[in-house]
Amino acid sequence: MEEKQSYTISIYSENNIGLLNRISGIFLKRHINIESLNVSGSEIENVSRFVIVVNTTESWARRVVGQIEKQIEVIKAYYHTDDETIFQETALFKIKSDLLFDQRQIQNIIKESHSEIVTVSRDFFVIAKTGRRPEIEALYDELRPYGIMQFTRSGRISVSKERMDISTMLKEFQLIN
Amino acid sequence: METKTLTKKQEKKQTTMRISGAEAVIHCLLAEGVDLVYGYPGGAIMPIYDELYKFQDKLHHVLTRHEQGATHAAQGYARVSGKVGVAMATSGPGATNLVTGIADAQIDSTPMVCITGQVASHLLGSDAFQETDIVGISTPVTKWNHQITKASEIPEVIAKAFYIARSGRPGPVLIDITKNAQFEEFDFSYEKCTGIRSYNAKPEIDKSSVQQAAELINSAKKPFIVWGQGIILGQAEEELKQLIEKAGIPAASTILGLSALDSDHELNTGMVGMHGNYGPNVLTNECDVLIALGMRFDDRVTGDLNTYAKQAKVVHFEIDPAEIDKNVKTDVAVLGDVKESLQELMPLINSNKHEAWHEEFKKRYAVEFDKVIKNDIHPEKEGLTMGEVINQVNRASKHEAVIVTDVGQHQMITCRYAKFNKTKSNITSGGLGTMGFALPAAIGAKMGDPDREVVAVIGDGGYQMTIQELGTIFQTGAAVKIVVLNNDFLGMVRQWQQLFFDRRYASTEMVNPDFVKIAEGYHIKAKRVSKREDLEAAVQEMMASKEAYFLEVKVEKEDNVFPMIPTGSSVADIRLS
Repeated sequence: MEEKQSYTISIYSENNIGLLNRISGIFLKRHINIESLNVSGSEIENVSRFVIVVNTTESWARRVVGQIEKQIEVIKAYYHTDDETIFQETALFKIKSDLLFDQRQIQNIIKESHSEIVTVSRDFFVIAKTGRRPEIEALYDELRPYGIMQFTRSGRISVSKERMDISTMLKEFQLIN
Repeated sequence: METKTLTKKQEKKQTTMRISGAEAVIHCLLAEGVDLVYGYPGGAIMPIYDELYKFQDKLHHVLTRHEQGATHAAQGYARVSGKVGVAMATSGPGATNLVTGIADAQIDSTPMVCITGQVASHLLGSDAFQETDIVGISTPVTKWNHQITKASEIPEVIAKAFYIARSGRPGPVLIDITKNAQFEEFDFSYEKCTGIRSYNAKPEIDKSSVQQAAELINSAKKPFIVWGQGIILGQAEEELKQLIEKAGIPAASTILGLSALDSDHELNTGMVGMHGNYGPNVLTNECDVLIALGMRFDDRVTGDLNTYAKQAKVVHFEIDPAEIDKNVKTDVAVLGDVKESLQELMPLINSNKHEAWHEEFKKRYAVEFDKVIKNDIHPEKEGLTMGEVINQVNRASKHEAVIVTDVGQHQMITCRYAKFNKTKSNITSGGLGTMGFALPAAIGAKMGDPDREVVAVIGDGGYQMTIQELGTIFQTGAAVKIVVLNNDFLGMVRQWQQLFFDRRYASTEMVNPDFVKIAEGYHIKAKRVSKREDLEAAVQEMMASKEAYFLEVKVEKEDNVFPMIPTGSSVADIRLS
């Protein structure tokens, strides 16, 4: 049996309203759970970038990327192991403001975790932490005893170490036609 | 529309005219060379039907009796003519009734454009009357789909739809047009789509892969070709023939590849797959180089993948990159248009004969003939067999007819025994296995090439799934010949029940109506045959008819189709009985 591991699937696409549905269907059909999904702009104007994290085998990652690339509005898709990418997640913690003054320890936790205070109001303050999953989880574990009013974590965003020549591909297309 | 499309400047029409979205749809279809559409009207598509009325001398509309029939007719039309089939329906149930045909076209790579009406855009998402999210529903079964809410989008989207449907690996496209966009007036001009920057329809051929393929083929002692529908879609029939003749390679077809090579060609060894021929299946596991041309290693072709052609080097010629290594690991993949690839390959191929290797196929054929074929087409038992009916059709058609089949035992028997001497002659539902496909597909096939004889061979089960299309035949006068092989059973399911479920015939026996009377009710000439001595004359009479003709043949109730590769078994373990 081929081993499962975490793969980051990066998709460059046109910004199309139905494309997310089309792409998620490809995972659904094969019972591959999407661990995280992030859609944003890319380095190219009007080109979207999906970053999707799945836990699967290499051969399924390859086949899924093949099916994704087949979609008309997808320009190019890639899959990478964690070693081949630089990746981060961001988490927000909403905490009662009293704690900041009553529990000195919280200030130390914030300092040591290299997180930042985004906002402070009379009732609550918000801490943002960007990093890898274990760092965010460690911070969560440290803050939990004091009470977390709200917690949320973003999907993974990642860039590959290798080049992705999307701009060249698009230019070539313009030249040919 | 965020997608970047390109159009050739010289094809630009200089003039614009101010017309409604509905009229624009008609002009777009005409500009794409469409002269025939299949469909069914309803509320949300009425503006387009109103324009069809005005343009009826230029664009013929065939009213099917169900929207599913419209899609299958469009498929039959596309498969015979090589053009894009067009089907239309209203919103809601009209649109959802198209889905089976769209899914069939998707899995069998048939170029089709479906146009659906949709509720007005201000009603979208309000659960309006006959509103359904057809774009959402059809997403997994379309090559591309899009909803238009403004008339000005119509030309660009329809141009893209046709380009996508027919280019690369063809497939179905659905365009959903809200009613307000059909009514809205705008300045219309049309430019054909010639490229989409995010879509590479035809990968460029890598010469080194062609070189490697040639080396493997030249070094092979026991090469074997399996070709698929890609040969027909890529118009590479002549290249296939040249290759097998020059290199002396025995070849077999997938079910959808049938008719790309003359059935009687000495190197045509028949059909691969679950009910294919004995030789090509067994020898798949003995060849040293397996050359796959425009086929996708469907599970009905390969049986158990872990034991499929493991001894062979695999060369795969394919236009769709996602098919490479999807099911079978290839040693050399030649990506690109199969016609162009084979043209590149030919000069690199050495002439060869491989006579001893051919003998292996002949030996296996002799075994299959003795154990199966003889009893199928020249039976000595009393009841009529499906095989002998097909044999009579072959004699009457002189191998020249388009044969349309439905799904089940009759389909397997027909694809095993029907003879073809012209390409685009085998129209069947391969990948999806859609019962009810044949009758409407035969109507489309006849209209796709009116000069050709079209024979639909259908089982008594599938026939009743779209039997209402007899009305379309009657109304349009489409001269299709319909043969229903009636065993009063859902025969293929019954066969599996017999073989794998201890003869527990759950819901497979059919109490059937008088099919002759039904055909006659639609004013179609009809006959029933149940005796061998009447069969030949009945088939001859049917084929001689200038009009549509219905022939019911009462065949043996519990015959089985063999050979058979049971699900999950190896191609080498094909059963002859």
